Amino acid sequence: MPTAEEIKQRIEAAIPGARADVEDYTGGGDHFRATVVSPAFAGCSRIQQHKLVYGVFGDEIGGPIHALSLKTQVPQEPGVAGGEQHAAAAT
Amino acid sequence: MSDTESNPIRDAIAEAIAEHDTILFMKGTPEAPACGFSARTVAMLQSLEAPFAAVDILPDPRIRQELSAISGWPTIPQLFVGGELVGGCDIVTEMYESGELAETLGLESSEGATATQTLASESQPAGFTQIENRLG
Repeated sequence: MPTAEEIKQRIEAAIPGARADVEDYTGGGDHFRATVVSPAFAGCSRIQQHKLVYGVFGDEIGGPIHALSLKTQVPQEPGVAGGEQHAAAAT
Repeated sequence: MSDTESNPIRDAIAEAIAEHDTILFMKGTPEAPACGFSARTVAMLQSLEAPFAAVDILPDPRIRQELSAISGWPTIPQLFVGGELVGGCDIVTEMYESGELAETLGLESSEGATATQTLASESQPAGFTQIENRLG
């Protein structure tokens, strides 16, 4: 049974530059919630972004991982932390 | 590709997606959802008073297998609009909160809508029967 930490490590290892926050929200080792931020998502639709993350786990989703609820983000989107670099460059 | 004939379920699913503007593949029925994610997705569609067809994937495990093969999406529910996968519960939730969902569904975001329940319950059986006819 995977742990939240394992899920986090696998996402971060598989998706370039990804930072993942993973929570086992039932404590049962099969329902997870993840927020994943990666530059690899740039230019992808939300569907494609989620598919990238689901792809890390293949058949485990729907099997040992009953649910993996996702929120994906590209760093430096407006309103997302990371925009400071631009601001610094401008001054 | 010799497996076209051997795949009536996949054909039925593809047809159902093509024939219904808005179709939700879910666990259980809109009246009795069998999973919290399906329940939430139904509730969002109903709160927008969006007419939708619904297919219960639970009666036969092949429905889910073939659906995921078509969509490339591993989880349930799956919402399709105009033949395209919109997403599962997470994406639908984000779109609902941002107002995009109403737009995607072609609804006015101002809620001056009509008879929800009639629309919802009229549109379900079409989805259900279509798939299940092929299972027999």
